[in-house]
Amino acid sequence: MEIGLNHYLVLSTILFAIGLVGVMRRKNLLLLFFATEILLNSVNIAFAAISHFYGDLTGQMFAFFVIAIAASEVAVGLGLLIVWHKRHGNIDLDSLSTMRG
Amino acid sequence: MFEAIAFYLFAFLTIAMFFITVTTSQALYALTALAAGMIFISAFFFILGADFLGAIQIVVYSGAVMALYAFGMMFFDTTREVKEKNGNKYIVVGMSTLAAILVVAIFAAPMVSENITALYPVIEGAGNTQQVGMVLFTKYLVPFEVAAIMLLVAMISGIVLAGKKMDLSLTLYNTAEIDDMKKDQAKKVLS
Repeated sequence: MEIGLNHYLVLSTILFAIGLVGVMRRKNLLLLFFATEILLNSVNIAFAAISHFYGDLTGQMFAFFVIAIAASEVAVGLGLLIVWHKRHGNIDLDSLSTMRG
Repeated sequence: MFEAIAFYLFAFLTIAMFFITVTTSQALYALTALAAGMIFISAFFFILGADFLGAIQIVVYSGAVMALYAFGMMFFDTTREVKEKNGNKYIVVGMSTLAAILVVAIFAAPMVSENITALYPVIEGAGNTQQVGMVLFTKYLVPFEVAAIMLLVAMISGIVLAGKKMDLSLTLYNTAEIDDMKKDQAKKVLS
């Protein structure tokens, strides 16, 4: 059985849906970050598959930039998370609702 | 044949690992499952012939990002069970709708892009790493440099946010109190 572009796109959609479920139901901010990593990775699979099946290198380029953005997001996000944990003693999403004013 | 076996095997493993990541109540299990899922994703890149991307995936995600999370988790109370949100009906409905729209878009996309032509076609007689280098350092040089500056800014902000006076909980004090502390320390050193 031949593996085509649609196989990879469906897999990417399934992983994206798993990431969305994680974003929706997680309360702990650290595990929310894990869910965003899943979202970014599922999109990377789609980029690489399209790059392969259309013979175009642009998809791989975009995957590289997505990886770079994910790495910097982790660095800044973890720094902010550590500051928040020092102040409030927890990293629950509910405690962030005080910023509503 | 082998491609199909590899695809289904790694698809199953990746979905299982990410499912564990979003459902488990232990932060350490989530971290470990996420690291395993990242490695399994790199297998897809190798199957698709994007060797350099697969190597980058392993180095950056399993090496850098997971190590960063592991070090970051030392500051948090990860042994405690994670509380979950109660399932909101509207969120579930909205999520299902979004997933359905995504599936429709995926199956409609090849029909729309029938007569698509490659913008930067694969270069004949060059390995994947060489091709990536050729395209990245000619057509995408400016975005590459901007990404480098972005990573530098992220590194500095990470150091500033997390690294200063880790024993003192600096964010709880204001500037005058910190100055007083510095003076006290100077006195201790002198006496």
